[in-house]
Amino acid sequence: MTAAAGPLRGKAIPLQGSLRSAYAAYEHQWLLYLRTWRGSIFGSFAQPVLFLVAMGIGLGGFVDASGSGAIDVPYIQFLAPALLVSTVMQGSTFEATFPVLGGFRWNRRYHAMYATPLSPYAIAFGQIAWIATRATIVATIFCGVIIAFGAAGSPGIIWTIPVGTLTALAFAGPIAAYMTTQRDTTAFNAIWRFGITPLFLFSGTFFPIESLPEQVRWIAWLLPLWHGVDLARALSLGTVGDAPLVQIAHVLILAGCAIAGVIAMFLMYRRQLEQ
Amino acid sequence: MAEQTAPTPLIHARGLTKRFGELTAVDGIDFDVAPGESFGFLGPNGAGKTSAMRMVACVSPVTAGTLRILDLDPVTDGPRIRGRLGVVPQQDTLDTELSVKDNLVIYGRYFGLSRKEAARRGDELLEFAQLTERAHDKVEPLSGGMKRRLTIARALINEPSILLLDEPTTGLDPQARHLLWERLYRLKQRGVTLVLTTHYMDEAEQLCDRLVVMDKARIVAEGSPRQLIEEYSTREVTELRFPVGVQETLDGQLEGLGERVELLPDRVLVYSDDGEAAAAAAHQRGLTPETVLVRRSSLEDVFLRLTGRSLVE
Repeated sequence: MTAAAGPLRGKAIPLQGSLRSAYAAYEHQWLLYLRTWRGSIFGSFAQPVLFLVAMGIGLGGFVDASGSGAIDVPYIQFLAPALLVSTVMQGSTFEATFPVLGGFRWNRRYHAMYATPLSPYAIAFGQIAWIATRATIVATIFCGVIIAFGAAGSPGIIWTIPVGTLTALAFAGPIAAYMTTQRDTTAFNAIWRFGITPLFLFSGTFFPIESLPEQVRWIAWLLPLWHGVDLARALSLGTVGDAPLVQIAHVLILAGCAIAGVIAMFLMYRRQLEQ
Repeated sequence: MAEQTAPTPLIHARGLTKRFGELTAVDGIDFDVAPGESFGFLGPNGAGKTSAMRMVACVSPVTAGTLRILDLDPVTDGPRIRGRLGVVPQQDTLDTELSVKDNLVIYGRYFGLSRKEAARRGDELLEFAQLTERAHDKVEPLSGGMKRRLTIARALINEPSILLLDEPTTGLDPQARHLLWERLYRLKQRGVTLVLTTHYMDEAEQLCDRLVVMDKARIVAEGSPRQLIEEYSTREVTELRFPVGVQETLDGQLEGLGERVELLPDRVLVYSDDGEAAAAAAHQRGLTPETVLVRRSSLEDVFLRLTGRSLVE
């Protein structure tokens, strides 16, 4: 009975303690990454290279030669920032499904963490902060590859990195919150098949939304990925000034999804762990 | 002020209750655990042992009743209490992608240890868990017994005041179990307070100074293994096994062989203080069991007496 003393001691978790434990949860993710990064780093380079060669140069050469006039920049410049955001979004979706499911159900890492002074919020923070970090790493590598390919429309290409991170959070927060309720990968497959793949194809990544019939164009506003794609493209082509309000709306919508999703995630982590 | 009072219990529970919707998992149980004691919850699966344990571990809010741990309240001081507990869950929760040593170090970080201190304690604990040679191996290929020992080592990284073990040896082979028991016995000798759940009577007998028997969310008996056996069973038990179909025809012929007779599906248990005499009496009555086994009473018999069922079904 050494430290158990008066009623005033240790009433609330001191802020310092909360920050320290949130950091410890985040550190765990870094440790995991440092032990396994060799497996993923190649993919982080290879994927953008493959896409830019196939779609940007291969398909792009074809599109540019056809001279349809639907886009007024080389196709590869049109495609590259959108591809970056789409790729980061897919990666973060993956990071918000398997590791979350594993933490609760498979290796039950979260339960082990909760047996320590860590709060459910600290555990959730560790996960989402890592997803954001990983998204930033992937976006930075992708951006480097774009620049190396000479596929950057303007120095504004750098802005696609934070847009990638924001889009990652807008997806990962809600998906992680939802995955806390799942027991197996059924939902994961559904999310991928009916959510991520259609989004990847129809969010203006490969062709401008304006190519869709006018009656269905508004749907793009409902597609969270489109906001990231359109914003990243405008920033990298230097065309933000064409429709500044639309760009501001993109930021607000993405930030709104991210904040609401992360709050939901924190609450769900608490609900799942405190049973 | 050096009064000769009993030390404040490390765990103090009165009317402790846990409900999940309609289901009452723990129904108003009372118990205390004193410093240095090793205390057990014995009961079949579904008796409420794990739910009780989770409340003590401050990861599951109490539905009703009083619970104080280390003289603190789990509602307001959960993180502080958890900082002084070591938890060995029923299912291993190791990070299989990390090395053995990394698992210990990162866990130490959760308790606010510096990397250096976590690594120092990690090395000591690997020694204790006899895993030093595996320090840099991944966790995945370790045997079940090794993973269990690593989980226990991890639970000790914060030098806990109480070590909670939920079914520590379930699923291990006999050799691994004995090694684990031996390690836990060492901890006990060092003065670590152990609280464990088990549905193995031999484990409870090996490790517990005192235990409660749980059945259907309640405590049905409490005491040391010896006290429980004295109170609820006889000194010896004679097990009679008859050929298939014979046992059902013995109506009335078994009465009075011992203090009490228990009919199990596959054998007859005769409770008496002299097992050999009971066996002889059976032979005198002309009974011809296939096998006769005289043994000392165990907690299994206590449990059978209290609930009419065996522990492991």
